[in-house]
Amino acid sequence: MSTRMTGAQAMVKCLELENIGVIFGYPGAAICPFYDSLYSSHIRHILTRNEQNAGHAASGYARVTGKPSVCVATSGPGATNLITAMATAYVDSIPLVVITGQVSSDLLGRDVFQEVDITGAAEPFTKYSYLVKDAKDLPRVFKEAFYIASTGRKGPVLIDVPVDIQRQEIEFFYPKQVDIRGYKPTYKGHIMQVKRVAQAIKNAKRPLLCIGGGVFAAGAQKAVRSFSEEFSIPVVSTLMGIGAMPTAHPLYFGMLGNNGKKYANQAVQESDLLIIMGARVGDRAVSRPALLEHTTSIIHIDIDPAEIGKNLGTTIPLVGDVGQVLEQLTQQNPQGEYTQWLAQLEEWRLQEQTKQKEELFPREETKFINPREFFNQLSFALEEDAVFVSDVGQNQMWSATSMVIKEGRFLTTGGMGTMGYALPAAIGAKLAAPDRQVIASCGDGAFQMSMMELATVNQHQIPIKLIVMNNHCLGMVREVQTVSYHDRQIAVDLAGGPQIEKIAKAYDIPFLRLEDARKMEGAIKEFIAADGSFLLECMVDPRETTVAEGEDVLGGRI
Amino acid sequence: MKQIMSVLVENKAGVLSRTAGLFARRGFNIESLAVGETEDVTISRMTIVVNGDERTIEQVEKQLNKQIDVIKVKTLEVDTATRRELLLIKIYAQQQNRGEIIDICSIMNAKIVDMSHTTLTIEMCDRPERVALMMEMLAPYGVAEVARTGMVALQKGSEAIAVKR
Repeated sequence: MSTRMTGAQAMVKCLELENIGVIFGYPGAAICPFYDSLYSSHIRHILTRNEQNAGHAASGYARVTGKPSVCVATSGPGATNLITAMATAYVDSIPLVVITGQVSSDLLGRDVFQEVDITGAAEPFTKYSYLVKDAKDLPRVFKEAFYIASTGRKGPVLIDVPVDIQRQEIEFFYPKQVDIRGYKPTYKGHIMQVKRVAQAIKNAKRPLLCIGGGVFAAGAQKAVRSFSEEFSIPVVSTLMGIGAMPTAHPLYFGMLGNNGKKYANQAVQESDLLIIMGARVGDRAVSRPALLEHTTSIIHIDIDPAEIGKNLGTTIPLVGDVGQVLEQLTQQNPQGEYTQWLAQLEEWRLQEQTKQKEELFPREETKFINPREFFNQLSFALEEDAVFVSDVGQNQMWSATSMVIKEGRFLTTGGMGTMGYALPAAIGAKLAAPDRQVIASCGDGAFQMSMMELATVNQHQIPIKLIVMNNHCLGMVREVQTVSYHDRQIAVDLAGGPQIEKIAKAYDIPFLRLEDARKMEGAIKEFIAADGSFLLECMVDPRETTVAEGEDVLGGRI
Repeated sequence: MKQIMSVLVENKAGVLSRTAGLFARRGFNIESLAVGETEDVTISRMTIVVNGDERTIEQVEKQLNKQIDVIKVKTLEVDTATRRELLLIKIYAQQQNRGEIIDICSIMNAKIVDMSHTTLTIEMCDRPERVALMMEMLAPYGVAEVARTGMVALQKGSEAIAVKR
């Protein structure tokens, strides 16, 4: 099938052929031909209030569907505003196709109005990028971009299209297949390595699975659960892996790392075989990998060979898709005997949980709530498959460690820690899964980084629920200053407002403030029950910390 | 540890920047990088000499392989590879010391390719260590300027890095 059309029409056609129903963006002169072609398409365009948030919204959408999502911006500042979103998606391996307009190709390099070298600027944060210089290449480029974004280790792909290329007429032909000779991701594990891993599991006395975001990227949540259950192997997760195992699962022993559960870190330390799956051993999860190399054997399973051995020496490397590898491993039937180990882990957990229950006690005052108690209670009130989007900072650690997650998702920016992520990502998540509850939570700092998106929520009537944990300060930084900088607090006071109630009102969004801990249950009920969007402000004591045991915030324990 | 990497890449815009940028970003030390078209015009060969410990070299190789435009990466050993570097060097030479310089060139298998009343330009193509020795021998005469290509290398014997078409 071949038809004559402009480059811009071809771009839209490619998106239609890739079954893209929603895109997020912000127009401008250099992308106008594309927008004009979008006028006659059924693709829904969500206008965000900043390009960065279009990128984050696409990220939320992609994480819920597991497929690449699309965001669009114009040249120059539109494109540079997308950089943070691309970088965020890149580190967390989220598949995006990012489209930017560019100045006319004959003017490239002349520093004309709104010209930036975005493919150059985004080079470190994109899986791949294209600067299209002939409209005839557009169909192939789009086909490849979707393929590259969604295969192997997923990630953002940038397509920069000069405005004259969008106007150029071509014969449209969409390729059926992609053939990139330098790009052949490995999905199936090498059978020799699989056998070695199975043998190591059989021989181990204290094996431990450590799962990361790669489990979601592979859609292997169920596979992980059944593998863990069938062979009685306990599981801990990174921040990005939260929810792949139901958090109340008897074989799940929490999140590891600086802000993780003590018993999870104990498990890692005491294991004699650590099986890392779809996790890149980031410094917040394993802060001193060199020490770990000496105490335990390490199996690292990842689809990206470059992750294996990057931060942590590996005893047995295994390249492949987590889902496929688990299937291969199951066939090897790596049955071992770990009763004692599981009993030990359970004992550590019980010790810790008694302590944690104390942490969950309500505050005996009417001015502040206990954030841990709040997130814990909230999680019980949510539907089983609710999508919870966490921003960055103290609120992130409170929710990550206190929520009970069943079949739902816990979305956050693990790698970049990008403030302002939650609200736009929740918008994307809700559009991807209109039937699921979508809740975003942020602090008053991050709220002010993306609160303009309440307009997007209002304009498109996107029924997401937003929680602002308000302590009138940048809590996590303040906590670091308190613990590591002799309490010399600087540049963390957010006393200038705004009054969040007035902001909610300005965007016609129902609002409730929760400050009296005794009213928590009712507030959560009202929040959940609301039909449309809703903003719940929770007043939090600025002295509240994330580190319960009083250790150095940035110092690791592993 | 020094390692030679022979890298076949797509011959298109942006590949060199992406590859070189990778080294800078990940803090790898490049000693030299030489790039040119191969017998297939769609493919270029980069010969990269890297400095680093075993773990770094392994990461370099993996990061290179991860690049979409990188088709093949092969690490070459010093003793099983034919290695060459081209040197052009312009040195100050007067009538009275030209003879000595011609001697050095003949011993080192180098060619004089240009001259003026005050200078000689010498071309030499040899193993990098021989090139370094030549530079050392010529230094006392005074060097006006130098251009070196960086090392290129091919595996010895009949074996070749194959690209599936």
